[in-house]
Amino acid sequence: MRGNAFEAKVKADGGTELLRLLVERLGGTEPPPGPGAAATPDLSASGPEGRVARTALALREATGSGGWTLLDHPLLALEVAGSPAYLEPDAVVVRPDGRWTVVEIKSFPMIDGSADPSKVGAAARQAAVYVLALERVAARTAGAEVADRVLLVCPRDFSNLPTASVVDVRKQLSVTRRQLARLTRIEDIADTVPEGTTFDLEHCSGDELTAAVDSVPASYAPECLAACELAFHCRARSREADAVEALGRGVRGELGGLTTVASVLAAAHGESGDPRDPTVAALRRAAELRAEALASAAAAPGRTGGGDGRDGPGPAGSLSACEAASTGGTSSSGATTTSTRTRSRAGTGEAAATGHGHGRSASARTES
Amino acid sequence: MSLISTLARMEAVASGSAQPLATVRHRRISDRPLVLVPLTTAGEAGAPLGALVGTERDAPRLLTVAQPRDRDLRFAFLGELAEAVLPYLDEYADAVEPAERSEADPETGKRVKVTVELCADAPQIVVPSRPGIDFVRLLGRSMRFRRTAEEDPDAAYPAPPRVPLLGRWLTHYGERARVPGSSLLLAATDLLNRHWATGQSSLEDQHLGALLAWIDPPGSLSGADAALHAELDRDPAGQLVCPPAGPATDPAFDNKLLAPAVEAYDRARQALAAAEDGPRAEERLARLTAAEHAIRALLADVMRPTWDSVWHALDLLRELPEGGRVADRWTRDRWSFTGHRDRVRAGEPPQPRHDDAVTAAQKLASRESAQGQLEAQEALDDPLVLAGRRLSGEAFLSEVTEVVMAYSESRRPSPRPLVTVRTDDRPQLGEGVKVYRSLDGKPQSAEFVRYEEDGSPVLRLTDRMGRAKDPAPGSVPEKGDRIAWTLFEHDQRGGPKLPDPEDTPWTHGGPPGADGTPGVGAPDGSGAARGSYGRTGTDAAVGPDPMTEEDFL
Ligand code: SF4
Repeated sequence: MRGNAFEAKVKADGGTELLRLLVERLGGTEPPPGPGAAATPDLSASGPEGRVARTALALREATGSGGWTLLDHPLLALEVAGSPAYLEPDAVVVRPDGRWTVVEIKSFPMIDGSADPSKVGAAARQAAVYVLALERVAARTAGAEVADRVLLVCPRDFSNLPTASVVDVRKQLSVTRRQLARLTRIEDIADTVPEGTTFDLEHCSGDELTAAVDSVPASYAPECLAACELAFHCRARSREADAVEALGRGVRGELGGLTTVASVLAAAHGESGDPRDPTVAALRRAAELRAEALASAAAAPGRTGGGDGRDGPGPAGSLSACEAASTGGTSSSGATTTSTRTRSRAGTGEAAATGHGHGRSASARTES
Repeated sequence: MSLISTLARMEAVASGSAQPLATVRHRRISDRPLVLVPLTTAGEAGAPLGALVGTERDAPRLLTVAQPRDRDLRFAFLGELAEAVLPYLDEYADAVEPAERSEADPETGKRVKVTVELCADAPQIVVPSRPGIDFVRLLGRSMRFRRTAEEDPDAAYPAPPRVPLLGRWLTHYGERARVPGSSLLLAATDLLNRHWATGQSSLEDQHLGALLAWIDPPGSLSGADAALHAELDRDPAGQLVCPPAGPATDPAFDNKLLAPAVEAYDRARQALAAAEDGPRAEERLARLTAAEHAIRALLADVMRPTWDSVWHALDLLRELPEGGRVADRWTRDRWSFTGHRDRVRAGEPPQPRHDDAVTAAQKLASRESAQGQLEAQEALDDPLVLAGRRLSGEAFLSEVTEVVMAYSESRRPSPRPLVTVRTDDRPQLGEGVKVYRSLDGKPQSAEFVRYEEDGSPVLRLTDRMGRAKDPAPGSVPEKGDRIAWTLFEHDQRGGPKLPDPEDTPWTHGGPPGADGTPGVGAPDGSGAARGSYGRTGTDAAVGPDPMTEEDFL
């Protein structure tokens, strides 16, 4: 794959090009080392613990050496929710002054000096975790300091020539620190799960696994879809529970204490909720305005034609929207809603029947 | 998301089908759009893999790259793309009408009106999704600095003719797509999401198949069920029935179908290269051709559902009547197209890699004013959008209950009638707040004076009543009239005055080109086509990219 070939190219010749880029971008008093001048210790060892110990040793030696060292795929450990997680940065550079810098090598291109911001953001979050893990080692190493700026190396424009930019990860560091501190310890989660629950893939039937997964609380949000293999499962559960979060994390904020779609709609359509509650009042007002606007649009002439959009109102007819809105009346009580969609479609009737019996939302689905 | 659209999503959840977010269409749909469905190669950072392109929904043109790592094949693809797209753009370049534009007179420096050509219509490109727009931009960037053999006989890897030109056009369209409300380059998902609310999140709404399913489900399925099918259904061979709208492909397609086909193609090619005699070469050539056809067939199959979906989306949008002010925004798009046509014809260099400070500031300012204008125009065109502004107190519907004639206290008194209105809305009115209504398509302003005892606001009309002492007929509302007032302006033009690029202050890098910094860019989005690049950019700005063996584009 292009990614691996690129990483190999960047690290070739004992990392000469990589270190040149690092000095060029991060500055410093020392010139970059010549070919073969940087130490590249062998970090292999048996098992993750062994590799972590080997990496820590190499870091200590490098820091004391007063020269350049390039650690290729070191292994670091970080405690997450009470259990160790192993992390493998692409590279860590130790400078002669004892500063450690995380290097991330990515295969997405940097075009005209800038890369896709969402990819850079993801790389920064990833690198911040490495910096955190390195800080634990540095705390036990005399003369060591971990840089909070990391080097991101990417292919330049449309070529496979490397270019680099410095990414300040201080913000990501504080976010990650906070999140790690807040994480519930795994033992505490385990305590809430029924005795005997197991996620052992080899010894469980599909049903047992599903039951086990269902016994653990989840807080699904649509962002999970891009990140987690259980997302479709959690989404189905979230939708089954009629949870408003299934529509997006931000939705919750506007809805106060209402957590289900049905309760929001019931409040909006005046079937439940205290009208003195500002959330309920805002919802009712929104529902009224929406129904009124749809009704007025459906009632306005020339609006039910469909078909060729060019027959719509021209510039002279541009007043019609406001007028249409006006014809809905200033008092919205009793406004009925009809759909502005005129295409007949099978199944609409059934769809309407599944409504929760809110007068207005059901009538919104009647074909005009 | 505004509360009204959140509510629409919830109604969609409860009903199982999408709910309207607009009652008119807020974007121009051309009578003859060019649809482009591109695909990229997994793991190759955006190398093109194939495309369906064309203006005929029954006859897309299929372009493919059998081996995306092969520069010659990629260049051939780009050359074919240029042949498919440029003639379409050319068709619109010569149908012009005269139009007026104000320009600085070169001698006096005064603003004068000049008559120039304005293209009567503009070509429109529609891609399936937002990443498709990003890919158009990437293609444009990768092509516009290329050199053809004619331009540079020494070029190591000359590009096919017209490829750099396509790069400039795609760059222009990609930039224009950043201007709110523009319609030159559109994504089908954006179009649908503007006009309908589904019962899923906005992230899931980026899936064209699922989105269409919510809006217009096939057969007797509910939108919710149809969307699930669109997301998840796979055929017995494990392939998605509704493939992703691209440009990225589904890994199952890459691994199970595409990779073996590309390998077979590579083998056939090696075998052909190793063939020693004529008859054997002929047989091997036939095998290579067959391998290439197999790849073409695979790509055609995986792109066709998306192609059909884009046209389906256009059908749905055409059913909505066009909003009254869409034509006004489309005119700006026509200016934008005409302006770029002029720059190309004048032989100006391609858009630089970086905008200089003045151009960047200009673009930003014009996008901001385009955003304000779009929001105002949509609200004026569409009662459902207006409802959102009413909810937030930025607009109100009213019924006129009383009109009292009054005059300004100047030497030549002008009419300043006091209009009392009744409203159920809760506009955020205060001392001196200005409000606007649309009168024959033009804004008429008034200012808030006071609340009557029963809470009715009193407004003082301030303009558009003519020059005479008595207001022009029809310019003053009458008792019983229903009027929509807005607290926002209807026409947001202009912006901060910026210096000419030549006068860029040193704090912003000084004039472009002085120290190898980027040349002057093509300001865009201001509606009126702006002047030229000023001077030829330096080589650093418009020189070709370095090329290596392993380029991906
Ligand atoms: S989808 Fe994954 S991340 Fe999201 S709630 Fe479920 S298990 Fe957690």
